[in-house]
Amino acid sequence: MLKGVYNWIDERLDITPMWRDVADHEVPEHVNPAHHFSAFVYCFGGLTFFITVIQILSGMFLTMYFVPDIINAYKSVDYLQHKVAFGGIVRGMHHWGASLVIVMMFLHTLRVFFTGSYKAPREMNWVVGMLIFFIMLGLGFTGYLLPWDNKAYFATKVGIQIAESVPYIGVYIKELMQGGEIVGAETLTRFFAIHVFFLPGALLALLAAHFFMIRKQGISGPL
Amino acid sequence: MSNHEHHENTAHKPVKRSGMSRRQFLSYTLGGAGAFMAAGMSLPMIRFAVDPILKKKAGGTWIKVVEENKITNDPQEFKFNIHQVDGWYVSDPELSAWISKDSSGNFFALSPVCKHLGCTISWNTEKNNEYVCPCHNAHYTKDGKNLTVAPKPLDEYELKIDKGWVYLGPIKANTRV
Repeated sequence: MLKGVYNWIDERLDITPMWRDVADHEVPEHVNPAHHFSAFVYCFGGLTFFITVIQILSGMFLTMYFVPDIINAYKSVDYLQHKVAFGGIVRGMHHWGASLVIVMMFLHTLRVFFTGSYKAPREMNWVVGMLIFFIMLGLGFTGYLLPWDNKAYFATKVGIQIAESVPYIGVYIKELMQGGEIVGAETLTRFFAIHVFFLPGALLALLAAHFFMIRKQGISGPL
Repeated sequence: MSNHEHHENTAHKPVKRSGMSRRQFLSYTLGGAGAFMAAGMSLPMIRFAVDPILKKKAGGTWIKVVEENKITNDPQEFKFNIHQVDGWYVSDPELSAWISKDSSGNFFALSPVCKHLGCTISWNTEKNNEYVCPCHNAHYTKDGKNLTVAPKPLDEYELKIDKGWVYLGPIKANTRV
């Protein structure tokens, strides 16, 4: 049945070469943990992506209940955490996943660094990877405010004060981030928009570039 | 067509036209129209996003806090409410100020926010005539000069006296030390 559906579509659209091109490729022996167990260090990039997918999915589901408003944000998080079935699990995935992404990304960066994989011709991919790193930090920073509890409020206050210490333009950066003169209603909506639309959009574009380059250039050779 | 005669004379050479080619004209036109449309799309959105930094700030208003004759040489804490507009939320949060007189009788009001990490200081809790912060033991003189831990002196409120009442305005950097 499934095979029949696939063949019917493939006859019309010739989709086999497309997924072949994406999925069907040699994994060199030196990056395959089945050959050398120590090659598990090459898994961290893929693991980062796997957790990123979890973040995107769990985040999409969290917005079904979350309200980015200073009166209701905390109450809606409290509700989805304690009153909605599996709320603690879904929010937990997003909460712990956020830290795990940073950990995996850091390990991936260490692997790339110590295998010298950032060297020519892969310099651009290192740069794109660093941009992804900063986007992830931005996602962590903006997401931290959303539950609108004391920890969120003061972490954001401190973060914005750090941004404010930039010479000359610091004050403007601060007001642009706050969306006003205080950390308040407009900061919360702003951070929500940045967290769920702007940064994920940038992240997906950069990930596409990251993966395109690794497929084009191949995995770097053994040490 | 002026080009026609010209064309016959130069049959062996490529035609030389003055000004830009048709291709160039079209690409400029397309590029210009494209840039115009892109700007028409993005300018409203950018202006929308940066509105908070361009919005006119509400000027500092004076708030009546306490009668002049209640102020002593020893700092005392006074509470007052400010009117706060946060986007679509309007509220009147409570602030506090430590108000005192110096030796020459000038009034001044200090902010209770510690300049170290933002805890709330209070006066003379260690019986040594200093402001003390309970969080990391920052100390300040009566004028707000930072003695330990804190990197800066306590902030000061603008202050004026009118008909026997003390009015406080916006917060400014300490002017006394």
